[in-house]
Amino acid sequence: MVKRELTNQMEEVEMSVEMGDQVLGSGTTAPARAAGVTKASRQVSDPVMDLQKVHVFYGDYEAVREVDLPIASREITAFIGPSGCGKSTLLRSFNRMNDLIPGARVEGKVLYHGVDIYGPDVDAIEVRRRVGMVFQKPNPFPKSIFDNIAYGPRVLGRSKKDMDGIVEQSLTRAALWDEVKDKLDESGMALSGGQQQRLCIARCIAVNPDIILMDEPCASLDPIATAKIEDLMRELAEDYTIVIVTHNMQQAARVADRTAFFTAEVDGQNVRHGRLVEFDLTEDIFLNPRRSTEDYISGRFG
Amino acid sequence: MPAFEFFQTVPITDFLFGTEWAPLFADPEFGVLPLVSGTLVITGIACLVALPIGLLLTAMYLSEYAADKTRRTLKPILEILAGIPTVIFGFFALEFVTAVLLKNIWPQTEVFNALSAGLVMGVMIIPTVASLSEDAMSAVPRGLREGAYALGSSRRQVTLKVVVPAALSGIVAAFVLGVSRAIGETMIVAVAAGLQPNLSLNVFEGMQTMTSFIAAAGSGDQPTGSIGYQTIFAVGALLFLMTLVMNLFSIRMVRKYREVYE
Ligand SMILES: Nc1ncnc2c1ncn2[C@@H]1O[C@H](COP(=O)(O)OP(=O)(O)OP(=O)(O)O)[C@@H](O)[C@H]1O
Ligand SMILES: [Mg+2]
Repeated sequence: MVKRELTNQMEEVEMSVEMGDQVLGSGTTAPARAAGVTKASRQVSDPVMDLQKVHVFYGDYEAVREVDLPIASREITAFIGPSGCGKSTLLRSFNRMNDLIPGARVEGKVLYHGVDIYGPDVDAIEVRRRVGMVFQKPNPFPKSIFDNIAYGPRVLGRSKKDMDGIVEQSLTRAALWDEVKDKLDESGMALSGGQQQRLCIARCIAVNPDIILMDEPCASLDPIATAKIEDLMRELAEDYTIVIVTHNMQQAARVADRTAFFTAEVDGQNVRHGRLVEFDLTEDIFLNPRRSTEDYISGRFG
Repeated sequence: MPAFEFFQTVPITDFLFGTEWAPLFADPEFGVLPLVSGTLVITGIACLVALPIGLLLTAMYLSEYAADKTRRTLKPILEILAGIPTVIFGFFALEFVTAVLLKNIWPQTEVFNALSAGLVMGVMIIPTVASLSEDAMSAVPRGLREGAYALGSSRRQVTLKVVVPAALSGIVAAFVLGVSRAIGETMIVAVAAGLQPNLSLNVFEGMQTMTSFIAAAGSGDQPTGSIGYQTIFAVGALLFLMTLVMNLFSIRMVRKYREVYE
């Protein structure tokens, strides 16, 4: 039942993605959005993903404690906060990547279009097809550029004759096509770090997900490659919902519509737990932060 | 250079293409083909056992499916199995596999036969093949697996489409090592397959392999310098060449198909 529901929801999502282009139009440019002239209202209405009282455990250790967080559709949500406060851990609960870690466990509800992805009838594989992920360290497969992109569609059973089209579209969408179109059969590992990361984004887009999670996608890149990825994120946010973890305050300020600030709190037993401190529109977080958030942000700016 | 002297007496074409092997008889024949075919048939059976079980099942299970704890228990057991003296496997083949199993299923099975030697030899090399290919698969970076899972692959797809191709060179190396052990193995074949040279593909018959000939001839007293003595070296040289060619071939194959992840 639940799985059927999930599938129906997904069909609606696909329709709304198509309609979305018309509704939003080419719309606001990136700087304008970041400066606050956006469609975003303070309250997240009709969230794509909604975390309700989410706790994440590694064995007995509670790494993330009680997070309530709605993710708005076709916006960029940034996670910021000091190292070890559970940003990656929480992000990985969005597509059940935590399932791969022995002993990891999630409590509370992670609702995707109203369906709890940790519900008994939900298949983690189905979830990951809807919620893609880009990692900190670019991790292209040691296969050709073409096969890297084609991997996901092949797993989904897409037919061979569609493949050339999918590969070109995905690479174009990830702003990589012009750089690689003449060497699609060379190894993806032979590209530069920034190109590899865009290849990974293209690979992710190729399965047409609804949400893209990015865990510090620019951490290993130089400023120019970083700027390219940031532009790309703004473009992708027209069609996709993006959640990004970053240690770079300017990056959050530049790209994110909303920002969630996390910190690690020490409890009575001297154990650290990740908590969500503040979640708001990015400009509000950066213009009038709460005390703890301000300390963190200004600490970074010096 | 006894092998060299051997080829001064026996033309190399007679050696390589002759179909009768009776070097120690009064009227000697030096066609090595029966030994080569015996070696290949028995090694082939061993591969048919060890490749699917060792590589596909054991290594893939241990590396991608088993819980950490299971792996930590099973792997040392595998490695102990790899150390069992082969003469024990030989008697296991003769007394159990032939006498109890094969005789009941196929009554025409001879006491000494290639099938039981091959099967047991396959079992013998499973630990080597499994343990080394598991090492190669475990060495594939976590990031690659995560990338594949994040695209919605099942565990089987991750294993077959990402991990195995990335670990291919290590897996082939494990397999080549296993096959080399099988080709070089002496005791199992001497005990279970008999010492009768036999140019045949009938696995229910006894066969002699190159190594079991060397062992048998070497333990008899061949006067140094006699043709029988030289024969041992000629067969040894051929055995060496065959393993060399196999290794070169697999190196080429790996170069062509491997996926470099560093
Ligand atoms: N696989 C794991 N097993 C056990 N504990 C873990 C595991 N991964 C992370 N942790 C712990 O959970 C807490 C949160 O880690 P997490 O990686 O989510 O933090 P983070 O905010 O992403 O940090 P960073 O900014 O350094 O990436 C840390 O205390 C960490 O030690
Ligand atoms: Mg992290």
